[in-house]
Amino acid sequence: MISAKAKQQINTWVAKYPAGKQSSAVMGALKIVQAENDGSLTSDLIQSVADYLDMPAICAQEVATFYENYNHKPMGKHVIRFCHNISCMLNGADDLISYLETKTGVKTGEVSKDGLVSVKKVECLGACVGAPMFQIGDQYYENITPERIDEILENLK
Amino acid sequence: MNEVCFKNIDKENPSSLATYESTGGYDVWRKILHGELSPEKILDELKASGLRGRGGAGFPTGLKWSFMPRNQEGQKYVVCNSDEGEPGACKDRDILRFNPHSVIEGMAIAGYVIGASVGYNYIRGEFMEPYYRFEEALKEAYDAGLLGHDIRDSEVSFDLHTHLGAGAYICGEETALLESLEGKKGQPRFKPPFPANVGLYGMPTTINNTESFASVPDILARGGQWFADLGVPNSGGCKLFSVTGHVTKPANFEIAMGTPFSELLKMAGGLREGRTLKAVIPGGSSTPVLSAEDAMQMTMDYDSIEQAGSMLGTGSVIVMDDSTCMVATLTRLAHFYYDESCGQCTPCREGTGWMYRVLKRIMDGQGKTQDLDLLMSVQDKIMGNTICALGDAAAMPVKSFIRHFRHEFEYYIKHGKSMVLAHPKQI
Repeated sequence: MISAKAKQQINTWVAKYPAGKQSSAVMGALKIVQAENDGSLTSDLIQSVADYLDMPAICAQEVATFYENYNHKPMGKHVIRFCHNISCMLNGADDLISYLETKTGVKTGEVSKDGLVSVKKVECLGACVGAPMFQIGDQYYENITPERIDEILENLK
Repeated sequence: MNEVCFKNIDKENPSSLATYESTGGYDVWRKILHGELSPEKILDELKASGLRGRGGAGFPTGLKWSFMPRNQEGQKYVVCNSDEGEPGACKDRDILRFNPHSVIEGMAIAGYVIGASVGYNYIRGEFMEPYYRFEEALKEAYDAGLLGHDIRDSEVSFDLHTHLGAGAYICGEETALLESLEGKKGQPRFKPPFPANVGLYGMPTTINNTESFASVPDILARGGQWFADLGVPNSGGCKLFSVTGHVTKPANFEIAMGTPFSELLKMAGGLREGRTLKAVIPGGSSTPVLSAEDAMQMTMDYDSIEQAGSMLGTGSVIVMDDSTCMVATLTRLAHFYYDESCGQCTPCREGTGWMYRVLKRIMDGQGKTQDLDLLMSVQDKIMGNTICALGDAAAMPVKSFIRHFRHEFEYYIKHGKSMVLAHPKQI
């Protein structure tokens, strides 16, 4: 189930840890496998990661469900992760999240009908001096305004 | 001030090896490789510098390193905690982006002092830009022959790897971080044993915050006393403060310990026009909130902030003006701790949920007069009764918000609406 390319990427993580400690690579491996599966994990995928790293499936399952960055249901192609914690909240994040929901027609926790975007409310992303902010993929977007939201959405394909 | 972690921040390509070396970067490491600096001398300088852990706990770094059984057989580890996630904190992100080599050098020096030849930098999973910057810097350092096995025939070895988190605030707790690094759920370990004895993979381990490591090379280059003198007694050196919230120019500032809060507020552009200061959280969301009067009296150092009734923590200063509804703000923080509790200890797992639900009830207009006593009782039962500090961190905001702004909570309960905002947002 894991592609050759993904295995290669997982191997670079495994190489960082001492011999016999390959389960340290489980977090990296789940991320790689999730990215290959349109942004979410299934029990079968988690099982194959566990098998590949020679660790009990339950341990991989625990990791996959403990950390917020792993998804267990289909996600949009672009996941907009909007911070709603204190510094963003003080700077109007809630109104902006409402604006984003209206603009995309997607409620937080849901996926748009065309599968293009999901909106998620998340806890502090550690960019509080740029509040309000959100993340899409690897990229942080800071000092968000309604105009910026329009512009960013426009460019999502 | 920008003397240490931020000293290259205004230069072109601040994160590059060339920029780092242009201001003395890796000079200390080279001295070590030439056998000109002993571990004992380094520990003396660190102790003299007064450097205290910049991740929140404020434990003296030199003392922490001295606990390591450096001559013990077997592998030992250096771990950097770049799992920055304290609401209000965003300083380590900038160190990783703009001065990654200082972290690499600081970690390599630590490895030499504690007898570890392997290090891991645990970077939070969302910090992809900082991660790529740090990886680039790591490659530069390897290519320049500054890391690896038997570096430049010095018999000193140090290999450094990055590990990426996957979204869990609790992994900023050092033993949860070790669990996570071992590929497990991030649930804190009971202490003792401390990581210096039983750490990563059961081996002796030293864990420090990103800013702590980044401060080490300059302390050793310019002397512990130089660093100590930048600050005030018991709070040596300078420190990064993230000033956020209701200020006109939110930013990270590297300033001398002991700088008056009022000056820091000015640096951040002050309050918005027509607004007055209502409250300040001085050290990240886990530290008690202060009234405006108390905050305006304090200076930014461990003792003064403690005297004011809070803690320096991560130096994440959250400023709130008179437009802030304290009930809504506390509810948001309570939701955060409820969401992030790892579930291991009953008082925290259950208590954070209780506190959030009672606050939510108040915000839904269903508050009862005894709710404030209930909240105080729940926070008191969490405090000090959990394996790690997340329980305390969840309890302290509740206690301090109610202590300073009780009338706002009472108003909300009585009238079913905020004293400040027409329509505070729900979660």
